[in-house]
Amino acid sequence: MPATDIDPAKTVDSRGASCPGPLMDLIGAIRGLDSGAIVRLLSDNEQSLTDVPEWAEESGNEVLEIEETEDHYALYVQKA
Amino acid sequence: MTEHVAIVGAGTGGTVLANDLADRLEREIDAGDVQVTLYNDDPDHVYKPVWLYVPFGLREPEDGRRALSELVDDRIDLRIDRITEIDTDAKELRTRDGAEPVQYDHLVLATGSTLDPEIVPGLAEAGHNFYSEDGAEALREDLLAFEEGRVVLSVVGTPHMCPAAPLEFAFMVDDWFRERGMRDDVEVVYTYPIQRVHGNPHIAEWAEPIMHERDIEVQTFTNAEEIDPDAQAIETMEGDSIDYDLLVTIPPHAGVDLISEAGLGDSGWVDVDQHTLEATDADDVYALGDTADTGVPKAGSVAHYQAGVVAQRIASDVRGRPATATYDGKTLCFIETGMDEASFVEFDYENPPSPAPPSTALHWSKLSYNESYWLTARGLL
Repeated sequence: MPATDIDPAKTVDSRGASCPGPLMDLIGAIRGLDSGAIVRLLSDNEQSLTDVPEWAEESGNEVLEIEETEDHYALYVQKA
Repeated sequence: MTEHVAIVGAGTGGTVLANDLADRLEREIDAGDVQVTLYNDDPDHVYKPVWLYVPFGLREPEDGRRALSELVDDRIDLRIDRITEIDTDAKELRTRDGAEPVQYDHLVLATGSTLDPEIVPGLAEAGHNFYSEDGAEALREDLLAFEEGRVVLSVVGTPHMCPAAPLEFAFMVDDWFRERGMRDDVEVVYTYPIQRVHGNPHIAEWAEPIMHERDIEVQTFTNAEEIDPDAQAIETMEGDSIDYDLLVTIPPHAGVDLISEAGLGDSGWVDVDQHTLEATDADDVYALGDTADTGVPKAGSVAHYQAGVVAQRIASDVRGRPATATYDGKTLCFIETGMDEASFVEFDYENPPSPAPPSTALHWSKLSYNESYWLTARGLL
């Protein structure tokens, strides 16, 4: 269960994917959403912790929160 | 009772697998204990790497086509038909042309990649590509007539077939205009969706300095939101606008709907164990090549090596022995670095690529392999 009360419009499960799979999955998910919508990206690739914030900054989207569980991360990204 | 192996798709993976099984299970097939059926909706086998050379006027699309009936062993039941439905619980297939469902004991999905340009508004109308026969021919018309302006090679989506091909095209087009004394009048721009010029960091680290040396403009973190054909501009999700005179894109890819509809994975890629290539959501189902979601490149060499693994595993199963063959992620790619030179990479799940210094010998090795590919398809090389 998510520890946050953020309500994502979409969850993308990229666990098991190697880099840059999770970031590309996130970009694909953001592409189809309205401004303000939130994507929850599940990734077990540590590279996502740098890839995703870097792209978010470049694209003007916002990383709202990163949750860390025992075996994966959940990154919440809001479309600008 | 005859054991039925059904292979869906006769690209590199499906064709190599069928011919491997014809050889490996020769005795059982001849005795009527095993039947291997290969389904493909096109009577031809298509060797896609030829398309890279079509826009430069060096090859023709038909150089990449041969009749499957000439390539596939006579022991294989070749059906020119399309699978329309997979029921992995009942272990049966529905076909476009058959009235009755087809039962299988072992199913191998090798349905490959399709292009999905509609994801990005304007892309289908405005963007050339060399990822289809028609696309490569249309690009040839415009590229051969191009004399000055801005050529933009934009990778719009990943994963895509042959991850080296966008780099190859950029290097080739640079060299091609340079050799013809026109490079001063032509800007070459390369865009990539993430923060480097290639998905694999080792290949990106090797390629980017070459791009700078060759005056190829690089724009990373570039994801097309839409293409405006009238303004000849890519509007990006990052808020940039990139002008072009000739746009060459690597369109987004997807697998076939059949896979998702069967509950085997998203976007047409089958979720598999990356070593055994067995589907994670069904029994007695394998996937290989582009179709298998392993994280390795969607490349012919991958399909070739995976076909050998799947053939060994199915043969073991047919003979009641434990299946021990596994895929280690082995991938080989030649990378053209111009019109007369190429590099080469070999890597697997554990060992990263280390691109070889570009040489004329590697360029000719690539062209030689492309010619001898038909031996691979026949299962001989």
